[in-house]
Amino acid sequence: MTRRLRPFRASAVAAVAMAFLLGLGLGAAPVGAYMPQDATPDASAASNAGEIADLLHGQRNGAWKSAYRPLASRPTLIRGATIMTAAGEEIEGGDLFMRGGRIVEVGRNLDVPAGTDVIDASGRFVTPGIIDTHSHLGVSPSPSISSTSDTNESTDPNTAEVWAMHSVWPQDPGFTRALAAGVTTLQILPGSANLIGGRGITLKTVPGRTVQQMMFPDAPMALKMACGENPKRVYGRGRQRSPRTRMGNMAGYRAAFIEAERYRRKWDAWIEGGMKEEAADAEDAGDARGSGGPPERDLAKETLAEVLRGNIFVHNHCYRADEMAGMLDLAREFGFRIRSFHHAIEAYKLRDLLARDTVAASMWVDWWGFKLEAYDAVPQNIALVSEAGAPAILHTDSDMGIQVMNQDAARAMYAGRAAGIDVGRDEALRWITANPAWALGLDDRVGTLQPGKNADLVIWSGDPFSVYTRADQVFIDGALIYDRNRSDVQPTTDFELGILPSSGRGGDR
Amino acid sequence: MTARIIAAALAASAALLLSATFPGELTAQNLAIAGATVYPVSGPPIEGATVLVRDGLIAAVGTDVPIPADDFAVFNAEGKVVTPGFFDAGTQIGLVEIGLESTTVDSRVEGNPVSAAFDVVDGFNPNSTLIPINRLGGVTTTAALPTGGLIAGQGAVIDLEGETVEAMLVKPRAAMAASFGPGAAAATGGARGAASLRLREVLEDARYWASHREAYDRGEVRPLSISRLDLEALQPVLAGEIPLVVQVDRASDILAVLRIAEEYGVRPVIRRGTEAWMVAEQLAETNVPVIVKPLTSLPDGFDRLGARFDNAALLHEAGVAIAISSFQSHRAHNIGLEAGNAIRFGLPWEAALRAVTLTPAEIYGVADRYGSIETGKVGNLVVWSGDPFELSSRAEEVIIRGVRVPRESRQLELLDRYRTLDGGPPAYRGGEEGGTGGE
Repeated sequence: MTRRLRPFRASAVAAVAMAFLLGLGLGAAPVGAYMPQDATPDASAASNAGEIADLLHGQRNGAWKSAYRPLASRPTLIRGATIMTAAGEEIEGGDLFMRGGRIVEVGRNLDVPAGTDVIDASGRFVTPGIIDTHSHLGVSPSPSISSTSDTNESTDPNTAEVWAMHSVWPQDPGFTRALAAGVTTLQILPGSANLIGGRGITLKTVPGRTVQQMMFPDAPMALKMACGENPKRVYGRGRQRSPRTRMGNMAGYRAAFIEAERYRRKWDAWIEGGMKEEAADAEDAGDARGSGGPPERDLAKETLAEVLRGNIFVHNHCYRADEMAGMLDLAREFGFRIRSFHHAIEAYKLRDLLARDTVAASMWVDWWGFKLEAYDAVPQNIALVSEAGAPAILHTDSDMGIQVMNQDAARAMYAGRAAGIDVGRDEALRWITANPAWALGLDDRVGTLQPGKNADLVIWSGDPFSVYTRADQVFIDGALIYDRNRSDVQPTTDFELGILPSSGRGGDR
Repeated sequence: MTARIIAAALAASAALLLSATFPGELTAQNLAIAGATVYPVSGPPIEGATVLVRDGLIAAVGTDVPIPADDFAVFNAEGKVVTPGFFDAGTQIGLVEIGLESTTVDSRVEGNPVSAAFDVVDGFNPNSTLIPINRLGGVTTTAALPTGGLIAGQGAVIDLEGETVEAMLVKPRAAMAASFGPGAAAATGGARGAASLRLREVLEDARYWASHREAYDRGEVRPLSISRLDLEALQPVLAGEIPLVVQVDRASDILAVLRIAEEYGVRPVIRRGTEAWMVAEQLAETNVPVIVKPLTSLPDGFDRLGARFDNAALLHEAGVAIAISSFQSHRAHNIGLEAGNAIRFGLPWEAALRAVTLTPAEIYGVADRYGSIETGKVGNLVVWSGDPFELSSRAEEVIIRGVRVPRESRQLELLDRYRTLDGGPPAYRGGEEGGTGGE
């Protein structure tokens, strides 16, 4: 974060090298090709690479970046627990050693340095911190009133220019409830009123005065897109304008990406041409390689261009199988990847295509029937998608659901088993840990209990797949951030201070 | 009786297609469930007990119950758990098929904050897909309640089995549904005081009308604020014959409801009651039950700032009768999940079971027939694979009025059709002719 800023003057060689790294001119970068700011080997190029990446990403001069700092942590051994790694193993009587914010070792009878804190967790269970790919905490916070409704910029079917992070209210009590339920990472998305709703942001459930302090460092941003009934209802029925139909929906996406493609080419040409600073003939700006100054910025197209470069992940609200198939073709037409469908009520009908294209589905266990496109739900949806080999995810879209994700994963597992689908415990745990970590582009850092991963984990009072189990302690980056038995390690938001008589406070919120 | 015979015949024909967990004559309506741990609710659990169901009613329960030699289908339920069917004290099952599709929503009257005469029965859809899905999860009975406004109308108690609403009815006009708080205030002028004023006016008019019926018919009374049908519908409420089930959250709003109820001799039931724990003493003193949703923890409105997970536990400790409801129609079967979470936050297990069985039956005045496993009561039973509240448990057999519920639902048919994607278009799989049924 102390990276020195330099003016945008790159050698042509460096620019071309970076253009390659960013996947310019290559259509979509491969999934997972997001380039962390400090990942380039060449130090001098790194600075420029980062600056170019920031420029294209809408984070010039380091603006809109994470200001998160882990809380203080101590080397800690969790001893004698059942450790559910979400990486294939469930270790009974296992130990986990963490230091410096990272998991150092997982196994049995670990030797640890003197001065290590020891937590006796015999009889208890440890899992990775839970991850939700779909939340509106902070943007549709509690109290849920019109003053706090900041999820849907429902003023145009394409609002790719808005960023959910600019709506997040860090004082949403929902963040503290999610943390107390073992959730450590969550993606906050704009709503589904629009075809293209704007950028999502990945946060940690840490208390912060600002959203920047909650931002997961260097996490890819998301683009929220929406299929089906909602955009049709809001615009066609509500406003007498396009889209009024599902074909209108598709025309809307295609028109937006045609423009985004043109925008991307302008900017890429300017960069490949050495990023000339001087003003040029406005009409030609950016059209010819190296002919003038930077093209004019357009926030909406900037976001979509980053989708085309593979640097922003598409998270697509889509219920019906036929519409998901349409979106896969849209992605094919424009050369980008959909990282996850969301809600995906009918994912089970299309699970072979999801597996083929490695597209995740973020699903509920049993929500259904609130609208027609949610009529064909089956509680085995997650198990069937998982069985087919596609990334299966349990998501919530709910400030209550996010507090029982371990229970919902268990219910989805047992629903699958009851129908004869062979679902293992580690597999079910991955639905709320490793798989959402992948969908958010964070699987190199969180989602499993493996050495080198961030020490984001939960100590449960018992089996997390039991309704009676509670999260005892939650760690983020190795720091104890919630403790059920210590009121001094239970964050409280400003909003809740003094809002009830003293008799109304405390206890199990 | 006719309806019951039809239902039995239907269930029997369906049962022939299905896996036979019950050995022997599947057409028999007389059931013996043997060897289970039975939780009668009205008394302590009985291990290794037998429950006999004859002609739709519980004929015997205990450890020394001989199984009659003939005419009884015997189900060996060793290792299983038997409870009364779950009774959800407030849903819109049968009144709402698809939430956003107004042609399938029959739970509310728009545009009139007082619709006391509105009765859910005529609009009830016995073919709703919600019915099989919920009963397979162990819900056998529900109060179908209207919603919205200040006084929403009359709810009915319904068993989730039967071809017609008449066949399903346990008790029509079993409760008057109402609400108090910001919603009711918005519907009556904005202020809570406007809602309470309107509520008093309505009850006042109904009381006046009762003693001036003939003059009313002659057109010789002062103007009344609601229609004749509304006035009439409120009489059982004023007489204390049926409860006024009020959805209300804020502690002070609950106290206002208690105050008004006392003034008019109305028997209130608090529904949702997010801040009920804050006035638990007053609720206990006045014997007012609360229908709670345990999975509630967020101050998501200014009338719900006191939300906390242990509301049910605190009310129970204070001596308040509680029922647990799913507050869901499509997923009313999550009532057990709600109860399990109430236990997680301190409610005793036995109290949670009572809250989803006997207490709802008492609230709606049907506890003489429903809510516990006792001789003479209606044979609504669930055989669970284990602890009914645990996530790993399943409702293995659901019995309504002595009839085994077939393992069939729209969800099961979809699952069956898409269990494999091999072998040609799914459109040729499943359905009445070519299908293999739910399993």
